[in-house]
Amino acid sequence: MKLYEYESKDIARKYGVQIPRGVLATSPEEALRAAEEFGAVVLKSQVLVGGRGLAGGILKAESPAEAYEKAKELLGKMIKGERVEKLLVEEKICVAREYYVSITVDRATRQITYLVSSMGGVEIEELARKHPEKIKRMSVDPSIGYLGYMGREATVFMELPWSLSNQVDHVLSAMYRMMIDYDAELVEFNPLALTCDNKLIALDAKIIVDDNSLFKHPELQALYGRGLTLYERKAKELGFNYVELDGDIGVISNGAGLTMATMDAILYYGGRPANFLDIGGGAGRERVKEAVNLLLTHPKVKTLLVNIFGGITRCDEVAHGVLEALAEAGVSKPVVVRMLGTNEEEGRRILSEKGITVYSEMDEAVRKIVEYSRGG
Amino acid sequence: MGILLSRNTRVIVQGVTGKEGSFHTKLMLEYGTRIIAGTSPGKKGQTVHGVPVYNTVGEIVRDHGEVDASIIFVPAKFAPDAVYEAIDNGVKLVVVITEGIPLHDELEFVNYARRKGVIIVGPNTPGLITPGEAKLGIMPSHVYVPGGVGIVSRSGTLTYEVARELVKHGLGVSTVIGLGGDPVTGLDFIEVYDMFSNDPLTKAVVLIGEIGGDAEERFSKYYASLRVKKPVVAYIAGRTAPPGKRMGHAGAIISMGIGDYPSKRRALEEAGIPVAETPSQIPLLLGIR
Repeated sequence: MKLYEYESKDIARKYGVQIPRGVLATSPEEALRAAEEFGAVVLKSQVLVGGRGLAGGILKAESPAEAYEKAKELLGKMIKGERVEKLLVEEKICVAREYYVSITVDRATRQITYLVSSMGGVEIEELARKHPEKIKRMSVDPSIGYLGYMGREATVFMELPWSLSNQVDHVLSAMYRMMIDYDAELVEFNPLALTCDNKLIALDAKIIVDDNSLFKHPELQALYGRGLTLYERKAKELGFNYVELDGDIGVISNGAGLTMATMDAILYYGGRPANFLDIGGGAGRERVKEAVNLLLTHPKVKTLLVNIFGGITRCDEVAHGVLEALAEAGVSKPVVVRMLGTNEEEGRRILSEKGITVYSEMDEAVRKIVEYSRGG
Repeated sequence: MGILLSRNTRVIVQGVTGKEGSFHTKLMLEYGTRIIAGTSPGKKGQTVHGVPVYNTVGEIVRDHGEVDASIIFVPAKFAPDAVYEAIDNGVKLVVVITEGIPLHDELEFVNYARRKGVIIVGPNTPGLITPGEAKLGIMPSHVYVPGGVGIVSRSGTLTYEVARELVKHGLGVSTVIGLGGDPVTGLDFIEVYDMFSNDPLTKAVVLIGEIGGDAEERFSKYYASLRVKKPVVAYIAGRTAPPGKRMGHAGAIISMGIGDYPSKRRALEEAGIPVAETPSQIPLLLGIR
């Protein structure tokens, strides 16, 4: 779960990382008052999508009146599909140079890893592509933790004045503790700025908490599900793994890999998937019914492909689930079912009596649904 | 032959009395897996499908002698503890079926196991099966027939799909290993390929990857550096997955610019590994080699 910038900064501040003074504003009046206190300010849209700066989500204001106007402009604005409800209004900082620091999990070495760079303020993806030599990686053994020499090495690599090595040490060790205490996948300060008066300050902060660890953090668990679309929220409540996509062919399958492979096959045969819906293992009649119902009522879904390959899944149960959902949803959209498992023949008979063709081969089923989606 | 698992492997089931644990204990026994005992704290004296239940792994080792492998069905909160219990009692292969284990717990026990020379399969894996010998997992065994293709996969059900395609073309499998769907897993493609490489029964390897991480890219580099190699065919799921969205598995997410489909496909093809467009193309790609 990704935390908002202001939440990440509140946490970083608790760990002693320098953060600009700021106020969370939900109205232009609040932004105005903040600017009266701070002078020149930066107004930052609090959204979970990336790339908000380029999308016009961050504006500067030199006066309270200007802050009022800019806040009015930003609040309610849509940034990549996400509505701006809150602004972080911060004092403007005099910046000498920007750096990049993050800590994450390196899958390859199975270690916690720092990434540091003297080129901050750009996205790490771009940096990794254009200047891989400007990124330093430092692995931390989780059973040992952060060591002081890492801060010294980072200071040298980032070409920071040696007098700041204590501050670097402070920031990096705080990041490690944040990573562990919050069960984070990522803690990132980008940029970490060197101010005109020689201090290190985190101008932006990002924390992503491991979803599997949320049970250890009840205060965060309560927030889970923010930034989801209506249907993503509905699916989450039903306990499905669900992601919204751009196409018009609804996809229900079991297992993440097979669901992705089904989406990919749809693309390969010329169609476009509307979603990723992994129904999970051992899906019975009720689960299938809920999943089919969810997608049939989705306005973007024009046709629906159900692809269940279960070792222990009963195909007659799947068939009944599909029929019940069709009856309940009260809409008629073309449905294609591919299923393998026990009682396959019975499942096939139940569905074909209602005019739904059942396939054994994934390719055939996918070709058929693509044909339907083209109005065939 | 096959790798890691045979009919002689002495297996225990941790979390044997739970719904999943007891159900799959039955299926594994029916398949021929040599299950000597199971654990479930506080349930000593019970039996599950004839398998004696103990409170601790230590008691099993004391009463039955050494244990080769353990399969874990313990809920996420308690699974790390079960992994340590197995390792500290000398078990050399630990299959962690449990999904949803916290990331940092996984990091710690995976590193602990590696220091102790213990192999972890998973977490969040369907397990492994050596067809005709034994299975240590939850996959439907009827889709697999013995043969010469090794399968190593980051996915579950997709692996069944691929195995079925192989069988349709008269190809059987030596061993199938699910690496697990989480970002941190005990084994990676390189390690499993090396095992297949040393297995006389395995003639070719199918690699089933997914978006997210760079395991496929690292394998490609390794494979390209080998002088003697067995043929590998790959399939990568997630071509249509958008960046930043988690596709079910915790591992299947394109983040920080790492792990998208084109990067994986390019790396594999540059290493001379053909990449199938759909699972149904895999047997054809194996056949033309």
